Amino acid sequence: MSIDIETARKVAHLARIRVEEDRLPALAAEFNDILGFIEQLNEVNVDDIEPMTSVTPMRLKRREDVVTDGGYPEKVLSNAPDARVGFFAVPKVVE
Amino acid sequence: MLDHLAFESPKPARIAGAKEDWELVIGMEVHAQVSSNAKLFSGASTRFGAEPNSNVAFVDAAMPGMLPVINDYCVEQAVRTGLGLRAEINLWSAFDRKNYFYPDLPQGYQISQLYHPIVGEGEVIVDMGPGVARRVRIERIHLEQDAGKSIHDMDPAMSFVDLNRTGVALMEIVSRPDIRGPEEAAAYVQKLRQILRYLGTCDGNMQEGSLRADVNVSVCRPGAYERYMETQDFSHLGTRCEIKNMNSLRFIQAAIDHEARRQIALLEDGGAVVQETRLYDPDKGETRSMRSKEEAHDYRYFPCPDLLPLEIEQDWVDAIKAGLPELPDEKKARFVKDFGLSEYDAGVLTADVEAAHYFERVAEGRDGKLAANWVINELFGRLKKEGHDITESPVDPDQLGGIIALIQNGEISGKIAKDLFEIVFTEGGDPAVIVVERGMKQVTDTGAIEAAVDEVIAANPAQVEKAKANPKLAGWFVGQVMKATGGKANPKAVNEIVAKKLGL
Repeated sequence: MSIDIETARKVAHLARIRVEEDRLPALAAEFNDILGFIEQLNEVNVDDIEPMTSVTPMRLKRREDVVTDGGYPEKVLSNAPDARVGFFAVPKVVE
Repeated sequence: MLDHLAFESPKPARIAGAKEDWELVIGMEVHAQVSSNAKLFSGASTRFGAEPNSNVAFVDAAMPGMLPVINDYCVEQAVRTGLGLRAEINLWSAFDRKNYFYPDLPQGYQISQLYHPIVGEGEVIVDMGPGVARRVRIERIHLEQDAGKSIHDMDPAMSFVDLNRTGVALMEIVSRPDIRGPEEAAAYVQKLRQILRYLGTCDGNMQEGSLRADVNVSVCRPGAYERYMETQDFSHLGTRCEIKNMNSLRFIQAAIDHEARRQIALLEDGGAVVQETRLYDPDKGETRSMRSKEEAHDYRYFPCPDLLPLEIEQDWVDAIKAGLPELPDEKKARFVKDFGLSEYDAGVLTADVEAAHYFERVAEGRDGKLAANWVINELFGRLKKEGHDITESPVDPDQLGGIIALIQNGEISGKIAKDLFEIVFTEGGDPAVIVVERGMKQVTDTGAIEAAVDEVIAANPAQVEKAKANPKLAGWFVGQVMKATGGKANPKAVNEIVAKKLGL
């Protein structure tokens, strides 16, 4: 897989990271280096090997359906740059 | 046990374009909120209508270092729903991250199940009338988190975000494109809602957003859909558009109709339908493109590293299955078979689970048809007039059953029974006691009826002569006697005695 400048621009946009136009070629090249490195894994034969989903010999823990948390809106909002009447306030986002 | 009454498929809806006829093909994604106390991955409450941001745990607010722990009950409800839709249950499923940025999604991703959903293929039989139903195949059901709520009209420059709904468990129920018209689409949502309410896995409250639908609409020429069904090759179908986030049956129908007509006009004009997400505007009655959504459509799904795969045991699934209630299709079939009801009446009585339970208590040990008539015509009619639903009925099933028992035993006439029902509805009380206290019992004593008939005959000699010439006039005497006895005389006995006394 090869990442061109257009793809690098798109990935940056999807990640909401601003990348100046003149930085894009270098970014695309870095992506390609990283992907190339990872693609070495494809050389390993994994026929008949079950995919490993976790490094710990554990199963997914489940909890009971009981309300044990919440009820602290002031804490939830305490880091918000702008909060009004109990809501987070953000620049208008409307269709 | 009969799963469903026999049925035939309905005809697909057809729309006449300017040049030719078109058919509709519709698939749906219904988001049903799991009726749990706490959220899918946090211990915060799911209660609707709480103060903004009070039902929020740090997990929901995506504070650094917080980890999700799955709610066992939500898993159980997804399995229950799957079983209720006769679907295959996947003992191994897994969670993925669906990445996008929006202010009401603090994590920057929604935890969902793209690659390995908990429920696989099932079906819903959508009733379209007695003997007519559409079998809609279910592709999958997966568990996922709901997003928060943005409010745009509180400030001219700002949007306000409430995270109370963030992280609430949703079941996304995905259908195959088997729905063939706007009415079928509404009926499908209604049937799903009915099944979910029977199962108790979702309260089905569309106004509060517990049940919302995304509708995929495409149009095709007659015959194309049949070719798709034979081959399961989507190239036989038209390009689809997805109408997002509908929570009203009326709007779903209007939006589909409008969208189909828009696509037909486009195609007949030599244009092409572009696959996109659209929004229905009920004020203007039209759909429009949601361009911003298109841009963000690259969700870059990947397995959620915070959650191990969800593994459940067959024994557990079997135990859930054993505990399933009787579902609408089976209940309806049983009402037809055991109580001799028409399919229509059985459909009305099973539409709502509470109403079905109510009817069963009324009908138990009594005449099922009579009970059905009373529940549907008298009780439902009266409740509707008061704006009550069945759970708010002032007449309980024992009281209504008591009235029906009195009719069955011949103790009161049908006419008096209606008066009695009104008394019980407005004043309450035991029907059997009321009829005695207020002297409403039917007079079956022929002596008393004869005396009343004699009185009417003696008082109206001219009418007697007329009736003898024209036997049809006997009805007038019957009416007079009923009036004289306050409607309590047994009408059949009065008829016979009048005829005998007049020598007819």
